[in-house]
Amino acid sequence: MLDLVRNLGHKTVNAIWRLGYAGKFFFLTLISSGTSFRRIHLIVREVYYTGVRSLIIIVVSGLFVGMVLGLQGYETLQRYGSSSALGVMVALALVRELGPVVSALLFASRAGSAITAEIGLMKATEQLSAMEMMAVDPISRVVAPRFWSGVFSLPLLTAIFNAMGIFGGYLIGVVLIGVDEGSFWSQMQAGVDFRDDIMNGVIKSLVFGIAVTLIAVFEGYDSPPTAEGVSGATTRTVVTSSLVILVLDFVLTSFMFRGA
Amino acid sequence: MERTTLDLWVGLFIAAGIGAMLVLALKVGNFSLNGSSTYQVYAYFDNIGGLKTRAPIKSAGVVVGRVGSIALDTNKYKAKVTLNIDKRYQFSKDTTASILTSGLLGEQYIGLDTGADDEMLKAGDTITITQSAVVLEKLIGQFIFNKAGSGNHK
Amino acid sequence: MRLCNPKNLTVQPEHFLEIRDLNFAYDERPILRGINMDIPKGKVVAIMGGSGCGKTTLLRLIGGQIRPTGGHVKFDGKIMHELGRRDLYETRRKMGMLFQFGALFTDLSVYDNVAFQMREHTDLPESMIRDLVLMKLDAVGLRGARNLMPNALSGGMARRVALARTIALDPMLIMYDEPFTGLDPISLGVIGNLIRKLNDALGASSIVVTHDVQESLQIVDYVYFVSEGVIVAHGTPDEIRSSEKPFVHQFIHGEIDGPVPFHYPAPPYLEDLDLEPSRA
Repeated sequence: MLDLVRNLGHKTVNAIWRLGYAGKFFFLTLISSGTSFRRIHLIVREVYYTGVRSLIIIVVSGLFVGMVLGLQGYETLQRYGSSSALGVMVALALVRELGPVVSALLFASRAGSAITAEIGLMKATEQLSAMEMMAVDPISRVVAPRFWSGVFSLPLLTAIFNAMGIFGGYLIGVVLIGVDEGSFWSQMQAGVDFRDDIMNGVIKSLVFGIAVTLIAVFEGYDSPPTAEGVSGATTRTVVTSSLVILVLDFVLTSFMFRGA
Repeated sequence: MERTTLDLWVGLFIAAGIGAMLVLALKVGNFSLNGSSTYQVYAYFDNIGGLKTRAPIKSAGVVVGRVGSIALDTNKYKAKVTLNIDKRYQFSKDTTASILTSGLLGEQYIGLDTGADDEMLKAGDTITITQSAVVLEKLIGQFIFNKAGSGNHK
Repeated sequence: MRLCNPKNLTVQPEHFLEIRDLNFAYDERPILRGINMDIPKGKVVAIMGGSGCGKTTLLRLIGGQIRPTGGHVKFDGKIMHELGRRDLYETRRKMGMLFQFGALFTDLSVYDNVAFQMREHTDLPESMIRDLVLMKLDAVGLRGARNLMPNALSGGMARRVALARTIALDPMLIMYDEPFTGLDPISLGVIGNLIRKLNDALGASSIVVTHDVQESLQIVDYVYFVSEGVIVAHGTPDEIRSSEKPFVHQFIHGEIDGPVPFHYPAPPYLEDLDLEPSRA
C-alpha cells in the first residue's frame, strides 16, 4: 500500500518534471526557429513529409465522415420534417468540431508518430550528437523545421478535410437522397458564420497543430536512444496527443461558443 | 535534383488547402455580411428574453443585420442592444424594434417595422420605440392573476 | 604524464589538448575519476579499455557535450566547460568526431552528408563545395559513391563516408569512437590506415577510443589504458606490448581471467546449488 502511494507520488513528480522540461524545450524551439525561416527549403521539405503525405488519409476520411453525417443527419432531421437543415447541420458539425478534431487525431497518428520515430531514430543512431559535434544545433536544424511544418500543415489539412466532408454530405444528401439542393446550400450559408464558426475552427486546428507537433518532436527528442525507447515514444506521441487534442477541444469550445 | 518535384507537391498541397479555405469562406459561410458594410444603431429593451449576440435582425422576414452586443445600462436598468445593420437598408427614425421568436420555441431575433418619418436612422442613433420579448412565465402569471381577479368579481 | 618524445615538448610547450583531474559522475555514480592526459599536435593517441569503462563519456567531455563534475578539458587554450554556447560551437568547428556506427544523416545522400558542414558553416558557392566534397570523398576512396543513400552502403563504406564528413572542415582534432567495431578485416585495415594518413596529411591530432588492440597498436603513437574510470597504464605501443602490468597483459592477450574476473561477483558455486554438505 505504501509502495503504491510512493509509486504514485514518484510518477507525479516525474510527470511534472517532464512537463517543465517540455516547456523549456518549446521555448528553445521557438528561439531557435530563426534559422529555419531563413532557410525556407528546410520547412518546405518537412511540409512535404508531414502535410502532403497525410493528404490521402485526410481526403478519404473527410469524404466518409461527411457521408456518414449526411446519412445520420438525414435520418434524424426528417423525423422533424426539417431535412432542409441537413446542409447547415453537416457544415456546422464539420467546421466547428469534427473537422479540427478528427484531422488532428489523424494527423497525430500519421505525421506525429512519423516525426517522433524519425527524430528518435536520429537520436538512437547518434545523428543528433554528430550534428552537435559539428557545431550545428539539432533543435534549430532538425526540430524547428518539423515543428513549423506541422503548425502550418494542420490548418490546411483541416480545411481540406472540411471541404471534403461537406462534399460528402452533399453527395449523400442531395445527389443520393434528394434533399433540395437550393435549401441545402442556402441554409448552410445562413447558418454558418465566417468568424464564429469557420475562423474558430481554424484557430482550433492551429492550436492542435502546435500541440501535436510539439508533443511529437519532444517525444522524439526525449526518447531513450534504443529500439524500445523509440517505439515507446512513438506510441506515447499518439496517445498523449489524442488526449491533449480532446481536452484542448473542450477548453477551446467552452471559450469560443459560450454565448452562441 | 528531386527538390523540384517535392516543391511541386508542396505547392499543390498549399493551393489545395487555401482553395478549401476559400470554398469554406465563400460557399459555406456568410462571408459577405461582415465588416465595414454595416452601421450601428442602439435600442433599449425592458427585457430581451433569450436574445443572443449575432442573432439575426429581420425586416419583413429578410435578414438585414445582426445583433452586435448586449449590455445592461445601469442608469436605466434596461438592456442596451447594439444592432449592426447592413448599409444597403435604411429605416425611418420612428422604426419599431421588437424581440420576436421564430416559431413557438425557435431562436429569438429582432424584428424591425419601419414607420412614417421622412428622416432616416443614422449610425449611432437610438431606436426609441421598442417592444420587449414575451416572457412565457410572466404571460402565464398574468393569465392566472386575471382569472383569479375575474373570479372575485363574480 | 608526459609524452616520451622530448623534441615535441620543446616545440610545443603548451599541449594542444590537456585534461586535468577530470571527474564525471552520473547521479552519484562515478564514471571517470581523476583523468590526466596530454595530447600534442600531430599525434595519434589511443584510449583503450573494456566495454563501459567511460571512454565514450571522455570523448563527450572533450567535445563539451556534457559538463565534468570536477577538473577540466583544455582545448586550444580554452577550457571547454567554461565556454558560452556561441564560443563552444565556434570551438567545435575545429573538432571532428567519428561516431561508432558513422551516424550518417539517413535522409541525405553521401554527397550531401559530406557537404553538410560546409553548407551550414560557410557561404561557399555550390561549385566550390562540389570540389571540396569530391576531394574529401576521394581521400577515402568513395568518390564514385557520391549519389548513394546511406542505407545502400556497407558498414565499412558508411564508416569511410562518415570519416570524409568528419574531416570536411579540416579539423585540428579528430576523435574516433570505436572506429573498428563491426568491420571485416579489410575495412578494418582501410580505416586504420586512413586514420593515420589523414592525421598526418591534415597535421591534426587524433584520439582513437577503441578496444581493438592489435589494429590500433600499429597506427598510434601513444596509448592510455582506462579501467573503471581511472587510467591504469600508459605508454608507447612498444612499452605497452612489453608491459608486465596484469591488466594490460590480460587486455592485450585477451585472457579470460585476470584482474578483470570472468565471474560476476556471486556466492560460492556449491553453496548456490545447495550442494554444500558442511552447512547442516
